[in-house]
Amino acid sequence: MATYKLKTPISEEDTRKLKVNDIIYITGTIITARDAAHRRALEFHREKKKLPVNLQGLAVFHCGPIVKKENDKWIVVAAGPTTSTRMDLFEDEFIKNFKIRVVIGKGGMGKKTTKAMKQYGAVYGAFTGGAAVLAAKAIKNVKSVEWYDLGMPEALWVLEVEEFGPLTVAIDAHGNNLFEDVQKKVEESRQKIYQKLGV
Amino acid sequence: MEENILINEKIVDDVAVKLLQLAVTELPRDVKEALQRAYREEESEAGKTQLKAILDNMELAEKTRTPMCQDTGVIIFYVKAGAQAKGLDKIGYALRSATRRATKEVPLRPNAVDPFTQKNTGDNTGRFVPFIHWEIVPGDSVEITVMPKGGGSENVCVLGMISPGQGVKGLKKFVVDTVINAGAKPCPPNILGVAVGGGADIAMKLAKAALLRPLDEPNPNPDLAKLEKELYEAANSTGIGPMGLGGKITVLGVKVEYAHRHPASYPVAVAFQCWAARRASARISSDGKVEYLTHKVT
Repeated sequence: MATYKLKTPISEEDTRKLKVNDIIYITGTIITARDAAHRRALEFHREKKKLPVNLQGLAVFHCGPIVKKENDKWIVVAAGPTTSTRMDLFEDEFIKNFKIRVVIGKGGMGKKTTKAMKQYGAVYGAFTGGAAVLAAKAIKNVKSVEWYDLGMPEALWVLEVEEFGPLTVAIDAHGNNLFEDVQKKVEESRQKIYQKLGV
Repeated sequence: MEENILINEKIVDDVAVKLLQLAVTELPRDVKEALQRAYREEESEAGKTQLKAILDNMELAEKTRTPMCQDTGVIIFYVKAGAQAKGLDKIGYALRSATRRATKEVPLRPNAVDPFTQKNTGDNTGRFVPFIHWEIVPGDSVEITVMPKGGGSENVCVLGMISPGQGVKGLKKFVVDTVINAGAKPCPPNILGVAVGGGADIAMKLAKAALLRPLDEPNPNPDLAKLEKELYEAANSTGIGPMGLGGKITVLGVKVEYAHRHPASYPVAVAFQCWAARRASARISSDGKVEYLTHKVT
């Protein structure tokens, strides 16, 4: 297990050296995107429209933040991760088309995303569910908000972050998936637990 | 006769706003200690990293008086109303108005959505929200507890109507299967409320209320205390670990409750609470004195 501090834009080479269980902190630019923003970004790509932000080498954070406006400036109050499995529908294409290098969320992602991460060089960083104040503290500035018509949680927030983390690498760019490994072990433990309880 | 000032809506309103603020920004002592102990005892690196983040987040939230999680939950109140207390009819109104005020002042995330129109009321009140559980007790004081209940852990709560023939063995298996199925979803380490008997609705009500019992208070019934320990050890043998990233701390505690059952029924309810196990209580005496029971208030 090693700790890495990454700066955006992150290169494919940077992500290839990471292994599951490594810890990463990200400095630079990350964007938030939930279901709606993923869907729209892919629509833009299909229609050959330019995205409002160049996503190459950035991190995408599965998060619907609480943001307030003070003196015409956006301030992120709380920004914990949301469940990532919902984005499994879109993430492989998202990685392929936009060359994002890190996906941040909670709960892990499935086989399709794991495969895309291996193929194109990206990782999944698990951020502690509910640790919303910790996340907000690392967000230094709201650079812009795009697609606000989707609503505050679903909009694409472009955030400047400093040492955003700790993120545990739970899917690496070599096809390893920590959540799947844990699930296998849990399944193996089931019978032992039954035995011990006499059920 | 001297007027009983407990009926003062303003006191109830102020106390409830304070309770909501305390609950979402600061965990009760027993939960804090359990998380600190979990961090010391966890052996997996990934699990330790998660627990460290949880502890750092907890301290930061307390220091800055910011909600520890962006999901400030659906608001549930438990009220123990002294039968001799006057003005009990005002409490329901005061708790609703306090919920609205706390939503703006703390702030809380608006979490009350109409299930048909999908419209969010924006102020955390709605039909049966906040829900108030009433209990009439002897005396003239009123004890108010608030439980802001997060959605992630709520989504994995399960009720099973198992066969009475399976009995306690069936109950144990059901709990283990439920924890394994939930996996990373309820933001572990969790607290489990497990209730058996009573009927479908009563089992779940008891399971959820059991989450309010402090972690350092085992069941007063020695047999049930033993069952709690057994289920705790079983859940912590699954290997799910903090945030489902693998490890030995999957639950912080298991609380068992029961009611007598119909001969043909064996309802088992499992209620999950996330690591942000938020609750706060206060007692308002008939002389208007307020005592906070779960948090230090200066």
